[in-house]
Amino acid sequence: MERIGKTPTKAQELVYELRVKQVMSSDLIVVPPDWPMSQVKALMRTHRISGAPVVQDGKLVGMVSLEQVIRALEAGQMDACVRDRMTASPHVLREEETVISAINQFARHGYGRFPVINAAGELVGLLTKGDIVSGLLKQMELLWHAEEERRYQYQHMFEDIESDQTTLTLRYQVRQHDFDTGGEASSKIKRALERLGAHPQTVRRVAVATYEAEINIMIHSVGGELIAELSPGRIVVVAQDAGPGIEDVEQAMLAGYSTAPDWIRELGFGAGMGLSNIRSCCDTINLTSEMGVGTRLEMVFFTQDRGAR
Amino acid sequence: MTLDQIIKIVQGKAISAEVDLSTEIETAFGADLMSDVLAFVHTGTMLLTGLTNPQAVRTAEMAGVTAIMFVRGKCPPAPTIALAAEKKIPLLWSPYTMYETCGRLYEAGLRSGGLLDLASETWGEGFEKA
Repeated sequence: MERIGKTPTKAQELVYELRVKQVMSSDLIVVPPDWPMSQVKALMRTHRISGAPVVQDGKLVGMVSLEQVIRALEAGQMDACVRDRMTASPHVLREEETVISAINQFARHGYGRFPVINAAGELVGLLTKGDIVSGLLKQMELLWHAEEERRYQYQHMFEDIESDQTTLTLRYQVRQHDFDTGGEASSKIKRALERLGAHPQTVRRVAVATYEAEINIMIHSVGGELIAELSPGRIVVVAQDAGPGIEDVEQAMLAGYSTAPDWIRELGFGAGMGLSNIRSCCDTINLTSEMGVGTRLEMVFFTQDRGAR
Repeated sequence: MTLDQIIKIVQGKAISAEVDLSTEIETAFGADLMSDVLAFVHTGTMLLTGLTNPQAVRTAEMAGVTAIMFVRGKCPPAPTIALAAEKKIPLLWSPYTMYETCGRLYEAGLRSGGLLDLASETWGEGFEKA
């Protein structure tokens, strides 16, 4: 639980991103300074508000609150002008300020509401703590809908497209001895499966097997390609290269058998465990090779559910 | 155990610029052979290795490793650090050997994740045949 403070929640992120103008209420009920306090009381009752900006000639001159109405009532001064009972030159928020800055000012000044002004100094809205809460909720709902829609798109991709058999094919080039950027193809296949909502165990099996196959192409061949075919219930990854080919396929499948040179071993590969790893990850494996032509490794993974999970 | 605690135990340091030191590590695995990492590592593990090329990060990504600690005082080259930053995998550094680093962490309570059924079954069969 101690991590909560360090990992910001979505709401915490939002208060830093959102601006005051995005959460404030802009349909304003304003009071002229020459109204008697009794009229303010009536206005507050009708609109069920507990405070209002005081505006003269389009300019903000003060704020009047329910508390000030009550005080006037107690003192028997309901005929007094708003001008004499209001808070003159009130603290204002600028519309471009962040919500977190507004929250800090609520805490610092203890007011129930702040008038909001634009860059030209004109009154454009009013902000209460309630506006902040409903603004945050609205924003989170929007984000949630966007996320739901995205999830739906990926997970239902195969169900929405009607055909006798729908297959998504991903194709990547793999270069010889490219140990700096090599592995990128497997990384992209892994990411695609995660996005499609594949089960984490399936993602792991395909990622590990595909990466071992990609490493094999990098180490042993003159270059080749990885082709991943994703279809409902089945993922097929083919790793094929343009040579030189494997002399003894049966021997190559044995755990610990390797033809990799020392410099490859120094990189942490070439111990002859790659094909064993691949075999334990996929459901069926098919390795064919012809000297001088190339090698083709087909790995099939069955997925539990429909929709390429 | 947090990355912060792990660094203190091995008198190491964080290599990556942006590391959340409060990240929890459940288990650890030490290997210099990347195929072993791919076969035996559980998701959420910290990898201890002496291999500093970018493929150590790739392997970690594929196996779902949470953090990598380089042992024997080795510092990874720039491409490795860049790839780790891209994949958001924190890199740590230990001045001790693999054995000493593992020993210190194990003694402090950081355990292994055991063997994955998937890998151990197949590898066990091969062993029996041999």
